[in-house]
Amino acid sequence: MTSLTLLDPTAERSPVARALTPRPADLTGLAVAVLDISKARGNVFLDKLSALLEAQGLRVNRYKKPTFTRPAPTALRQQIAAENQLVIEGLAD
Amino acid sequence: MRTLPTSPTWPDGLIVVAKRECPTCTLVEPLLATLARGAGPLTVYVQDDPAYAAGLPGQVLDDALEQSFHLGIEFVPTLIRMQGGLEVARTHGWHQGDWRSISGLGQLGEGLPALRPGCASKTLDPGMAEELAVRYGRTGLASRQIDLGDAEDAIEACFDRGWTDGLPVVPPTPQRVLRMLAGTTRAPAEVLGLMPPDLAPCTVEKVAVNAVMAGCKPEYLPLVLAAVEAALIEEFGMHGVLCTTMFCGPVLIVNGPLGRSVGVNSGVNALGQGHRANASIGRALQLVIRNVGGGRPGEVDRATLGTPGKYSFCFAEAEDSAWLPLSVERGYSREASTVTLFAGEGVQGVVDQKSRTPQSLAKSFAACLRVVDHPKLAMAGDALLVVSPDHCRVFLDAGWSKARLLDELTRLLLLPADAMLAGADGIAEGLPAAMAGKQVPKFRPGGLLIVRAGGSAGLFSAIIAGWAASGPVGSIPVSKEITA
Repeated sequence: MTSLTLLDPTAERSPVARALTPRPADLTGLAVAVLDISKARGNVFLDKLSALLEAQGLRVNRYKKPTFTRPAPTALRQQIAAENQLVIEGLAD
Repeated sequence: MRTLPTSPTWPDGLIVVAKRECPTCTLVEPLLATLARGAGPLTVYVQDDPAYAAGLPGQVLDDALEQSFHLGIEFVPTLIRMQGGLEVARTHGWHQGDWRSISGLGQLGEGLPALRPGCASKTLDPGMAEELAVRYGRTGLASRQIDLGDAEDAIEACFDRGWTDGLPVVPPTPQRVLRMLAGTTRAPAEVLGLMPPDLAPCTVEKVAVNAVMAGCKPEYLPLVLAAVEAALIEEFGMHGVLCTTMFCGPVLIVNGPLGRSVGVNSGVNALGQGHRANASIGRALQLVIRNVGGGRPGEVDRATLGTPGKYSFCFAEAEDSAWLPLSVERGYSREASTVTLFAGEGVQGVVDQKSRTPQSLAKSFAACLRVVDHPKLAMAGDALLVVSPDHCRVFLDAGWSKARLLDELTRLLLLPADAMLAGADGIAEGLPAAMAGKQVPKFRPGGLLIVRAGGSAGLFSAIIAGWAASGPVGSIPVSKEITA
């Protein structure tokens, strides 16, 4: 007999251990999505990053969220997934 | 859910449910032997005293109230006739005609008064109905049950599981959640929407669990539900309000009679501590965001500094017949009760103890409002101006409506951009150079809200700055009517 029962106040999303996608052994021929979340001056940083990636011969596709305050629209997420093998996204500031 | 006991089946015959402390039960006690002899099988369930009707073969002590609960007893004594496993007749209290017809004994209770009302069944003692529903019934609750160990402290267990905002919470037992749900007519399973940031389905039941933890009374639950529904309105942008590095959290402004009836404070210390409704309703919304939405600081909540208002920030407008309440400005009737959410930061005081004209006081307000976000920024954050009764009187005595004050502030806050340009005054922050030579409004249209609140003494008002990403890009104030 236990002393007390409580009701779970959470969404009951049991933690699920998800394996990371394996890192590619070689970047040759892969497309890299660079996602600008629309934070001020994020584009300055991402421009430089894109140039460095392109200098290595990678294909870079640029995307932009309408606003940093909301998750990327589903269509944009699907487009990124469809057109690229890698994605780089800057979170917060 | 666990396997729940099923309702028992009942033998044919008569059932009497009684308790010793009820005088009417004592009155009918001598009749029970007559019933047992002459009216078929008799079972007597006694809720308290084993000596009651002790000589009868059908006497059963029901001090755990299991049979009383399954029979749905509200009054004692209750007389029931079962036939073919089904209830065919029931009366309660002592009603001579009913007892004679149900028992079939035409002379029963000769010499007793014709009618004596009974007493409340022990199943309805305070807190007992929920206790019995949990022990014997089907609560209808869907939340996962977590059994604590004997040595576990319930409050510490809530901390350990990450359910709190840093302060202790009321442990959400099924009994407490059932009592909380009695505060609404809505079904526990109703889904209010998907709570950011995890976009998890948020049911009435989950809101009730978190309202228990926050310290709410059941009568607050409709306000909490309206606040949660407001937070789920797309324009409010709860995801961004939660995850921003900036300060803001939802500020709840309550209008209308329901807030007054449950005691949401609009008077002395309206923005401060000490009132259960203010403290727990705002906190309940935050706990729903934390626990259902998964919005925890340091995880998706990336606030650099945050604000104490993220524990709880809820107050009512001190409505005045001469000034339109915020809810009426936003399209509701004066009789409607509403919750308005504003993505707000902290409280900045406006001290002006000398202005006695509306023109002077409006200029004071405008000067203080200019510093929202930064004196050299404009059209970024909204603002909520909380005008105290003493300050409000300056406007009322001069015949100024709230709308007139807003017009005057809008005019005073149309600012020359040149002094606010990036680099001006040796400050790199500021408006873009393209604004040179122009006039710029400090706030976007609709971005300045005015409410009246506070104690009756003090020529002070307050500014609650909004999120610097106010407007369609981030968050727009939203309102929701409080229903049930």
